[in-house]
Amino acid sequence: MGKQVLDGTPAGKKPRSKAQKWSRRGFITAGVLAGGALVVGVAIRPGHRGPKLAKYVADDGETVLATFVKIAPDNTVTAIVPHVEMGQGVLTALGAMLAEEMDVDWEKLDVIEAPAEKDYASFVAGREFMLGDKKVPGFVQDTINGAFMKLTGAINLQITGGSLSVRYTGAGGMQIAGAAARDLIVEAAAKIWDVPAKSLRTQKSRVYHHASGRSAPYADFAVEAGKHKPSSRPKLKSRKDYNLMGTSLPRRDIPAKVDGTANFGIDAVIPGMKYAAVKAAPVFGASVVNADTITGKAMPGVIDVLNMGSYVAVIADGWWAAQQAIDAMDIKFSKTDSDAVSQADIFAGYDKALDDVAAGGKSKSLHKSGNLKKAFEGASEIFKARYSVPYLAHACMEPMNATAWVRDGKCDVWTGTQNPLGTRAAVAKILDTDLDNVTLHNQFLGGGFGRRAMTDYFVQAVEVAQKSGHPVKLIWSREESTQHDFYRPAVASRFKIGLNEAGLPVAWDHIFTHKMDPVESSLPCYNVGALKAHYVDGPAHVPLGPWRSVDHTQHGFFIESVVDELAAKAGMDGYAYRRKLLAGKPRFLNVLDRAAKLGKWDEKLPAGQAKGIAIMESFGTIVAEVLTVDMSEGTPKVLHVACAADAGMAVNPDGFKAQMESGIIYGLTAALFGKISIGDGAVMQSNFHDYEMIRMDNAPEIDVDIVITDAKLGGAGEPGTPPVTPALTNAIFNATGKRLRSLPVSDFDFTKTG
Amino acid sequence: MVALIVNGTPQTIDMDSDTPLLWAVREKLGLSGTKFGCGAGLCGACTVHVNGQPVRSCSTPLSAAEGLDVTTIEGLAGADGRLHKVQQAWVDHQVPQCGYCQSGQIMSAVALLNDTPDPSDADIDAAMRGNICRCGMYSRIRAAIKSAAKA
Repeated sequence: MGKQVLDGTPAGKKPRSKAQKWSRRGFITAGVLAGGALVVGVAIRPGHRGPKLAKYVADDGETVLATFVKIAPDNTVTAIVPHVEMGQGVLTALGAMLAEEMDVDWEKLDVIEAPAEKDYASFVAGREFMLGDKKVPGFVQDTINGAFMKLTGAINLQITGGSLSVRYTGAGGMQIAGAAARDLIVEAAAKIWDVPAKSLRTQKSRVYHHASGRSAPYADFAVEAGKHKPSSRPKLKSRKDYNLMGTSLPRRDIPAKVDGTANFGIDAVIPGMKYAAVKAAPVFGASVVNADTITGKAMPGVIDVLNMGSYVAVIADGWWAAQQAIDAMDIKFSKTDSDAVSQADIFAGYDKALDDVAAGGKSKSLHKSGNLKKAFEGASEIFKARYSVPYLAHACMEPMNATAWVRDGKCDVWTGTQNPLGTRAAVAKILDTDLDNVTLHNQFLGGGFGRRAMTDYFVQAVEVAQKSGHPVKLIWSREESTQHDFYRPAVASRFKIGLNEAGLPVAWDHIFTHKMDPVESSLPCYNVGALKAHYVDGPAHVPLGPWRSVDHTQHGFFIESVVDELAAKAGMDGYAYRRKLLAGKPRFLNVLDRAAKLGKWDEKLPAGQAKGIAIMESFGTIVAEVLTVDMSEGTPKVLHVACAADAGMAVNPDGFKAQMESGIIYGLTAALFGKISIGDGAVMQSNFHDYEMIRMDNAPEIDVDIVITDAKLGGAGEPGTPPVTPALTNAIFNATGKRLRSLPVSDFDFTKTG
Repeated sequence: MVALIVNGTPQTIDMDSDTPLLWAVREKLGLSGTKFGCGAGLCGACTVHVNGQPVRSCSTPLSAAEGLDVTTIEGLAGADGRLHKVQQAWVDHQVPQCGYCQSGQIMSAVALLNDTPDPSDADIDAAMRGNICRCGMYSRIRAAIKSAAKA
């Protein structure tokens, strides 16, 4: 963050040694730098090898993240973390986790993003940050080598996503680093003062000995602390002793976001920079046949027009001039097999794939338990339902953009990415150069939501900068950003459910198209008897990518709608029916009850209004929502959303609430309006007039109840999203009797009956 | 060449007079707090004040601002660097997430309070519905506007 300084990448000697044997939780080293600063390094192996991470893991089957903490001689504490601030408050939350265990003065703690992962990985940035010279001290080499050789091996690691920062880096790294550092300092103080370690206490970056009335800053013990060997498993505080975790601390990235000083990718300025606008082939997979350079070059301000193969770039002395030229040009693209494909064709293809399975064809199994065949035979009734969801774009407020400068065999890139290391790797690959020749200047992200884990936009900037010979700021128009996303897949789903005489499920067969992650998203949280969840690939030429909460978005809608259907069929209210299916699952029941209470489930409502309820666990957090809708005007108006969330605890309660509010609005926007559809092979929507967003006048009131339990820490960025769609459609059913089995809600006309 | 006053300073902009004000402010004056979001006046990220009125600078040609007073997010704070009461309310309510839309949101809110010092919910809806917040911080924006109104 901050100023864009051309710092290049010092070609330091890369330390290489055999990876160490890691403890389950982490590998901790500590030592003292010249000048007396104590450094504690922690490499973390996430203990949970979730499927989200499985494809990124290194050769020994583990992914490794790392954090470093430094206590400077002036007693300030600084930490670097391998995560990106997207407004989710990660730096503040992780800082609180470190400060909590270390008893650091919050006002004197700095938490900074690792500036570029491989720099950080090879310890160039870390080294400069810690040491100010190029010598890597031996005592941290093991940590560095082990951690970062793994990181380089797992080069595509999606470093900020999957709601994992707090769960993994925080719980596995920051807390452990903090506790280890504090332990070392207490041991050192005990030795120097010649008192038992047990008689010492720590507070706000100082050690106190009550009996003698002595106290001294941490930094005074740094040199002695560096002589001690850190415990591989420092004792962590119990939650009841927390002072900072569980307290709402002001987010540190906010002040720069109210006065225009926050630098986003689009704000980078490089000497001699030119501006580029682009147009890619509307049909995915097509290439440029005629770039119409004659028209383009005749436009005012245009410097060059480049045929880049799958897209055309116009370079001009201002972005608007470049975009005007692109708009005026008559660019011809090649024909493809997908030129006539419509959205109906895509869904017809899904139906055929699902029909093939029904006729005995193969599917891929995701979850299986019990004897399904026998359970269906014993069922007193079979219920079937078909569901679908459309493609969705991410619609980050900041259009895709990047600034690149390729010269002297090196490349600098300024952009906002969720995947800093992957960014450098992708750039190195297209330039066919060593990773060390690529420097990333990661900026604030004007929205990520999964979109900025992709590489396409900055790859274009690098290609255009290289081909044109200019430093280039390349910006996509809103239209380009909408029509060349990596979309949440359109999905078709079919349920076959066997019910007993009480109307409760005893057999559950759910088949659908597409699977990304996480695998547990299609596993209902309910007792549904014998179960099978399986899928087939849905053939289509549309590029797909992770969208806030990934597969949970569609499965939240499918599962929580069909359960609501079963409730109605059994003549039961949706809340009571869910309670029955959650027997023996106290954590789920508790969250459901809390949401029902907060959302006043039993409240008497005016005619035309109704409530809907839904619950889903995602990324380790259970969220239930009760939504109140008013259908009296014909079109749905969402009045209120009550949200109860059990993530064990919230590290930063106000930040956690903000994430729930944000996840709810994001999901609700898609439920109400979100639809990307394909016509003639291309995306038909283009800007906010036809890909609509919730705005101030149709945003509901939201209340969040943070449920505190002793469960492991869960994620915050995504879990608010999945339940809101079914909570809405279930509420609409309760108000109108109309069951919505596809989305968005705006496709339906509620002024007619039936 | 178009002459105008930006944040109190007279400026002469060497750009085609059809160029939207947004790009003059960002590229020629280096005031990057004003953001590009949609290019069509649909999202409000580019909102600035022209003679005190909120306008979408992505769809306002430079010629329309000729000789007029333009205020951007960088011009809101007092001469002593003190935040405008709306900016302060944004900090107090922890409004921004990604932050990209917030310059536009703040400019719209300041214009609202200049016209309507004690706005009703309906006033807030009407004044703010042109500004999209993709992080969905609408309830915080509403609360912040109400507390700025009292400040």
